[in-house]
Amino acid sequence: MSFVWLWTDLMVWSLLFVILAGIRSIKNSEQARKQWRSIFESRVAMASMVILTFYFVFALLGSVHVQLTSNGENTSEKRQGVYSVLDLSLIHLIEQTERTYSAPFATHEYSTSLNFDENGQVSQSYLVLKHGGQHLTNGASIWLDVLVKTGLPLLVTLGIMALLLMVHAYFRFKAFALRSINDKANKMPWKTAYISFFSLLFLFIWFYYMSHFYHVLGTDKVGQDVLLQSIKSIRTGVLIGLLTTLVMLPLALILGISAGYFKGWVDDVIQYLYTTLNSIPGVLLIAAAVLVMQVIITNNSDWFGSTEERADLRLLFLIFILGLTSWTGLCRLLRAETLKISQVEYVSAAKAFGLGPFKIIKNHILPNLMHLVLIALVLDFSGLVLAEAVLSYVGVGVDPTTASWGNMINQARLEMAREPMVWWSLFSAFVFMFTLVLAANLFSDRVQTVLDPRRVN
Amino acid sequence: MFAYIVRRVLFALPILIGVNFITFALFFMANTPDDMARAQLGAKQTTPAMIQSWKIDHGYDKPLFFNAESPGLAKVQETLFVQESMKLFAFDFGQSDSGRQITADIYERMWPSLAIALPTFVIGLVTNIALALLIVLFRGSTLDTATMMVAVAIMSISGLFYIIAGQVLFSKVWHWVPISGYTEGWEGFKFLILPIFIGVFSGIGAGMRWYRSIFLEEMNKDYIRTARAKGLSDIKVLFGHVLQNGMLPILTGVVVVIPTLFMGSLIMESFFGIPGLGSYTLDAINAQDFGIVKAMVFLGSVLYIIGLILTDISYTLFDPRVKLA
Repeated sequence: MSFVWLWTDLMVWSLLFVILAGIRSIKNSEQARKQWRSIFESRVAMASMVILTFYFVFALLGSVHVQLTSNGENTSEKRQGVYSVLDLSLIHLIEQTERTYSAPFATHEYSTSLNFDENGQVSQSYLVLKHGGQHLTNGASIWLDVLVKTGLPLLVTLGIMALLLMVHAYFRFKAFALRSINDKANKMPWKTAYISFFSLLFLFIWFYYMSHFYHVLGTDKVGQDVLLQSIKSIRTGVLIGLLTTLVMLPLALILGISAGYFKGWVDDVIQYLYTTLNSIPGVLLIAAAVLVMQVIITNNSDWFGSTEERADLRLLFLIFILGLTSWTGLCRLLRAETLKISQVEYVSAAKAFGLGPFKIIKNHILPNLMHLVLIALVLDFSGLVLAEAVLSYVGVGVDPTTASWGNMINQARLEMAREPMVWWSLFSAFVFMFTLVLAANLFSDRVQTVLDPRRVN
Repeated sequence: MFAYIVRRVLFALPILIGVNFITFALFFMANTPDDMARAQLGAKQTTPAMIQSWKIDHGYDKPLFFNAESPGLAKVQETLFVQESMKLFAFDFGQSDSGRQITADIYERMWPSLAIALPTFVIGLVTNIALALLIVLFRGSTLDTATMMVAVAIMSISGLFYIIAGQVLFSKVWHWVPISGYTEGWEGFKFLILPIFIGVFSGIGAGMRWYRSIFLEEMNKDYIRTARAKGLSDIKVLFGHVLQNGMLPILTGVVVVIPTLFMGSLIMESFFGIPGLGSYTLDAINAQDFGIVKAMVFLGSVLYIIGLILTDISYTLFDPRVKLA
């Protein structure tokens, strides 16, 4: 067993460090701390953040890959190839594949198939699943079984919550004891945070536990568990949402600020650049770039060691392409704001004192742009997650072998005509995506309300 | 005004050249003249001489950007980039991989696209503005909060969901409208209802929030307080002042879109089997037909720039303070 670091893995982990550094700098600055506290004072924002964190943790777990080689004991199971930590913790789902479609919590296949018995009689029947619900004795009620099995997850969740509450209570008590009498009490909506955390944790543990006995969200055409696919898709969605901003941000910041600060020909060139890029319809530019990338990849297939690496590189390319096409909006905003700020007295004073342009930008302009950057980042996130699904549908999204909600929808769409409909793949993909996007939208709303001075309420 | 438009059109030229440059660079990164020659000449043994003669026949033997052998201005003119771009500027998009004239295809497929995009746009705009005005009347109330929550939820659902759910509900379960297809004339109406409805509905969330914030911003201004103080009713203020003054920010976002309506919608058209420019582009993407993609990129940019110019002109119509010179 050895670790394999794919390019996107490295980017995700470096992004985590960026986020941690950001949190640190927020902690160090009185004003930023106040702002973020006021963001989290909203119950909606708190609950959204809990959801977003949950998704992010899954993305992180999916971003540690190990190479399993068959050594003596494991040869029978044929666990070879590249797995993520997330895969390994859900390995029972990977191994328990069925033959074809089965509905959630089903014990039999979804469609009938012809089978021959020993006497050569042909009959049409619903075949029994290999794994789903096979622990049941004949005639036992599925729902009763599910209800009984809910007990354990509930207990585990309550246990974890109790532990968490104790730790938190200790810190809060300490803070309370050390606080002077004049300080205002902290108004964080901890109750909301705990309720949402409890619901998510319980849901996850329940799904995880149930997945040992049933296909909780059914199986797809080739018998793969839909729950597994939906969970694995989290990484793709979150990565596209987050890493694109990582690509876009330096471009927008450097170009936007230089255009606004240096003016003259620099401004002209940069304006020309983003007007040109902006005038190309977004989907088409992405499609054209992805097409080119596909041709390059097929022409140079010897660049890539494994299918995982190829799929990963395609994801990376997609992220870069999305980043290169989406910086223009933020750049224009930053340019306008920089133009405004560089007219303010304190910037003129700094110039008069002989400060160099880079010092002025770093000390006086950049801090005053941070709210715009933050707002743009959280606003873009949900759009990018939704865009992934559309791009995969158009055929210029992630690699077909990569688990993603877009790919799930794309495959399930072909089964629309089936009677009765196979709905669970679509449903799962949409619910997972909806939860993430809704949380992101609600959170970005709150960020905007707090950070944007012009916004009215 | 006329001088202004002329200047804007002239300013658009370098942008279009830039767009051409980007597509040209992308195009030739993936598909060099040698590759094209090999693809056209077929699988049989191709010799370098055959490739060379094909390139000369089709005018692909020139250098990409700079021709050192030609004299004077022709150094730049006698290059592939300029030759290819000039054709685009004349709206001559050449042939697609399947041998059809792209320009003729575009003319033909523009109308089905427009048949969906235009009603969706107009009905959507009117619905969104009407709903936003209604909500502004109830600002600060529980109804306002609840509606905005619904709007965020509508916004957060993938557009693909609306299409699939709409097709299942209205076509498969209730059999109200055919699931997909298209015919010319009034007969085609039954095919258009569902895509238009879905297009309008999926845009309500974002649209309503956007117009509401515009109107609310206007509501907080001093002249509205004055109008209210002198006894004008909420309705009168809303329609007489807020709507009129909110028109400027609305126009900024709306007019740019109008010319690009010709391009159609990739997703809608392919789901509903409408033979418009959107599905044309999508098919081209799937078939890796660079000629069509290039043509559509250029067309999209031209339409976008026209939209920008129209936006500026529309300002002068709605705001007498704006003078274009």
